[in-house]
Amino acid sequence: MSATLWQLFSSFCKIGALTFGGGMAMLPMLEKEVVERHGWASEDELLDFYALGQCTPGIIAVNTATFVGYKQRKDIGGIIATLGVVFPSFVIILLLATVLNAFEGNVYLLKAFSGIRIAVCALILKSVISMARKSVTDIASIFAIIIAIAVNLVLGVSTAFVVLGAIVAGVIYHLVMNRIRMKKEKGSV
Amino acid sequence: MIYLQLFWEFFKTGLLSIGGGLVTLPFLFSMSESHPEWFTAAQLGNMVAVSESTPGPIGINMATYAGFNAGGIIGSIVATGALVLPSIVIILIIARAYEKYRTSVLVQDSFHIIRPVSTGMIFCALFTLASITLFDQMHIQLIPSALFVVFFILCMSFKKVHPVVWIALGAVSGMALL
Repeated sequence: MSATLWQLFSSFCKIGALTFGGGMAMLPMLEKEVVERHGWASEDELLDFYALGQCTPGIIAVNTATFVGYKQRKDIGGIIATLGVVFPSFVIILLLATVLNAFEGNVYLLKAFSGIRIAVCALILKSVISMARKSVTDIASIFAIIIAIAVNLVLGVSTAFVVLGAIVAGVIYHLVMNRIRMKKEKGSV
Repeated sequence: MIYLQLFWEFFKTGLLSIGGGLVTLPFLFSMSESHPEWFTAAQLGNMVAVSESTPGPIGINMATYAGFNAGGIIGSIVATGALVLPSIVIILIIARAYEKYRTSVLVQDSFHIIRPVSTGMIFCALFTLASITLFDQMHIQLIPSALFVVFFILCMSFKKVHPVVWIALGAVSGMALL
């Protein structure tokens, strides 16, 4: 039996409301709601959706919600599940933004945020290191990251163009690798 | 007009942030340069902290906040909608043939290049934030830099500790030392 739209919305609302930090933090919540509680997808399917979410544009939480919703109720299910996962953050941030803007200029809050920004720098650096460990694995990827940083920081090319360039470079890399693979195959025959 | 601009900027971000996690950050930092009236780089840094301490994906939190600053509640709806629109459309297309997509050599090869580039872009965003946090007109600031080193060592040595703990410690040390 497939899920009702309301079930999809409320379940993904819960996942959105209880996931702190996004990304990987969402997986345990997804397993509990989607696999164990409702049986909307199997464990393997969920991991597939999740991996796919990482290699498609956009936010992983949104991508995964769209996948699960689509599997249950086609296009409309995908849209409703996505609305659900987005809804809690949206409301919480709207409330917080109103409060924060009201206290703007408060000396203690300013000092607190100066300290917070320092901690945030450290946290981002930690994320960059763990991402680099996973994504920078050979000479091609070392070149890719160095060129990307240089082009952005030194030449001032915008992030959007750097990423577009990376997509083109990725396709070229694929063509080159295909050649190499074909040569290897011929050599081994 | 402002809604159109918000839509375009966040649509672009949703379409090109590939890889999840903090990949929306570099786009937001370039937005703070092209549209300083929406939010500044410092506000964005604050918002990263708020996002790490509240539930939900960081990208959504950022879009809601930036949209609200730029154009009130409607602005936040437009920005958040524009951010998720490309994902929804692309996933709904891919969902129809997901086995084929997942095992495609073209996709795997391309991501071999796109992932390190996304990582590099987050590093550049960090550079922007660090330049206003740890430096003052190209002069390194002693206390913030020392705090940064302490926080970095702490969060690398205690990886299981939730980010919200470091953010709270950051707030306390900011009030005490800065």
